[in-house]
Amino acid sequence: MRTAFAFAANEFRISRRNRLLWASVLMMVLFSGALTLLSSGSAGNLGVDTLTAASASLATLSVYLVPLIALILSFDAIAGELERGTLALILTYPAPRFSLIFGKFLAHGATLAIALCLGYGVAAGVSLAVGSASIESAMYLLRLLGGALLLGASFLGLGYALSAWTRSTGAAAGYAIGAWLFVVVLYDVALLAGLVVDTSGGPFSKIYFPWLLIANPADAFRLVTLPSGQAAELSSGFISSAAAMSAGPLVSLLAWPVAMLVLAWMSIRRISP
Amino acid sequence: MTLQVSGASIVRGGVRTLNQVSLSVARGERVALVGHNGAGKTTLMKAVLGLWPLDEGEVSIMGEPPGSKAAQERTAYLPENVSFHPALTGREVLQMLASIRKDSASVERLLERVGIADAASRRIGTYSKGMRQRLGLAQALLAQPRLAVLDEPTSGLDPVSRNDFYKLVDELAGNGTAILISSHALTELEAKTDRIAILRNGHLVVNDTLTALRQQAGLPIKVRITANSMLTDAIAESLGGRRINGQSLELVCAPETKVKTLSRITELGSIIEDVDVIPPCLDELYQYYSAEDQQ
Ligand SMILES: Nc1ncnc2c1ncn2[C@@H]1O[C@H](COP(=O)(O)OP(=O)(O)O)[C@@H](O)[C@H]1O
Ligand SMILES: [Mg+2]
Repeated sequence: MRTAFAFAANEFRISRRNRLLWASVLMMVLFSGALTLLSSGSAGNLGVDTLTAASASLATLSVYLVPLIALILSFDAIAGELERGTLALILTYPAPRFSLIFGKFLAHGATLAIALCLGYGVAAGVSLAVGSASIESAMYLLRLLGGALLLGASFLGLGYALSAWTRSTGAAAGYAIGAWLFVVVLYDVALLAGLVVDTSGGPFSKIYFPWLLIANPADAFRLVTLPSGQAAELSSGFISSAAAMSAGPLVSLLAWPVAMLVLAWMSIRRISP
Repeated sequence: MTLQVSGASIVRGGVRTLNQVSLSVARGERVALVGHNGAGKTTLMKAVLGLWPLDEGEVSIMGEPPGSKAAQERTAYLPENVSFHPALTGREVLQMLASIRKDSASVERLLERVGIADAASRRIGTYSKGMRQRLGLAQALLAQPRLAVLDEPTSGLDPVSRNDFYKLVDELAGNGTAILISSHALTELEAKTDRIAILRNGHLVVNDTLTALRQQAGLPIKVRITANSMLTDAIAESLGGRRINGQSLELVCAPETKVKTLSRITELGSIIEDVDVIPPCLDELYQYYSAEDQQ
């Protein structure tokens, strides 16, 4: 653990000095602020407070942005060390390989958490300034924060796994873009296409679709963080066996970071630098 | 023996990059691993460090298998061309590594000792090659290693840095650390190592002290005489040899006739101003042993 903290301290310095922290914060703050201002207009019409309306938009934004930031932070974590020759050195130190991954994970997780807290904080601040917020909406924002951290953690782990598996920063960057596009965009398009084909309510929409939906961390995040009214609406539309699904998305969102870190660990174990 | 390698082989992509190599390094001994690019020096070092698994043979570091925690705690490594993250400072990198080795107390002393204390708060991106190499050596000195594996540590360094570098290596050896150091620049290793191991295409072709290698090879020794320019021709007539300029004469003799030749020179008395004895340099030895291997 001491070793992981030693790696984390320097990794966090690197995020700070490479402006990765700064860029992540800027992205989250700008988008959150702008979305909140936009939502404040429609909040009155929907009969909810400003922060609730803003949070719904923030959830949608985070599905795209958080995985992107996480992959940008993580894609060169292992391949970069390999190319600089420092991985060979570190692996001769009396430190378990997982501590290297876990140290980087702590630092990048902290970077992401700072960006999310500031971004969502700005959303709360703007809501209070130009509209309204409530205890419920604040609690909801916290749930969003927790969900986004888990989503980010999953993609950090995925980034390390790709980095260790490809052993080259260039290839890792390519696979990271591909993974982002697939998980966040194409996967949903494919599911929608499946629903369109299977209009009569055949086995795809009834049996496979719900499971496919919660299997994807981005969709699991959506399900976990949708305001309850909307979640009910969604499940009445698509998810038939609501009871089985109720804990499903949360379990999926918790399992993904663990699974990805294990994958990253297995990939780094295969490296003979 | 601090390091014992017996019959080590590594096969990479169908090629034996290391072939039945046996080598040992004792406490406080400095062994130079010599060979040109691709000879297998780095491969042998990575096998010793446990980074690459052996296909045959065995490595033991004070009785422990390579890559085990016990071996890692006692072994220092300086990789070939290592470049630490340019956004970090030298001190930050050394502190991180020191904390893993549980030797944080030595950080400032080591920065001072390798001569980068003044630059320690600057980013590594601004360091010269020599400073990066010094930082690399500083981490190899952490926690008093029992074995130091240094892969071409002086390539690209200027002569002054190189000398500083060997001074630190001598100090390390003086404290009982076994040192395995690789190089393809051979002449710089003269008088800086106790034993030379020459690798060629993954084979260990030579493994002996420099003096023993010189004797075995029997390469001719050069004797250079300086005398009054009026007399060089006369001396050349009596001793043989070749004039190389107005005042100097070069004789070539076999190692076993060296003493005899020198006594003939001293018999000439005061007309001789100076005598230099030039033993075969490491480059010549290396060429001799490489050629022998080819036959
Ligand atoms: N990762 C690798 N995969 C396959 N062959 C390699 C690899 N690295 C080095 N080699 C080969 O192993 C041989 C020895 O290389 P190396 O130990 O790096 O030599 P040296 O350090 O003496 O210059 C070379 O022929 C090289 O081509
Ligand atoms: Mg090499």
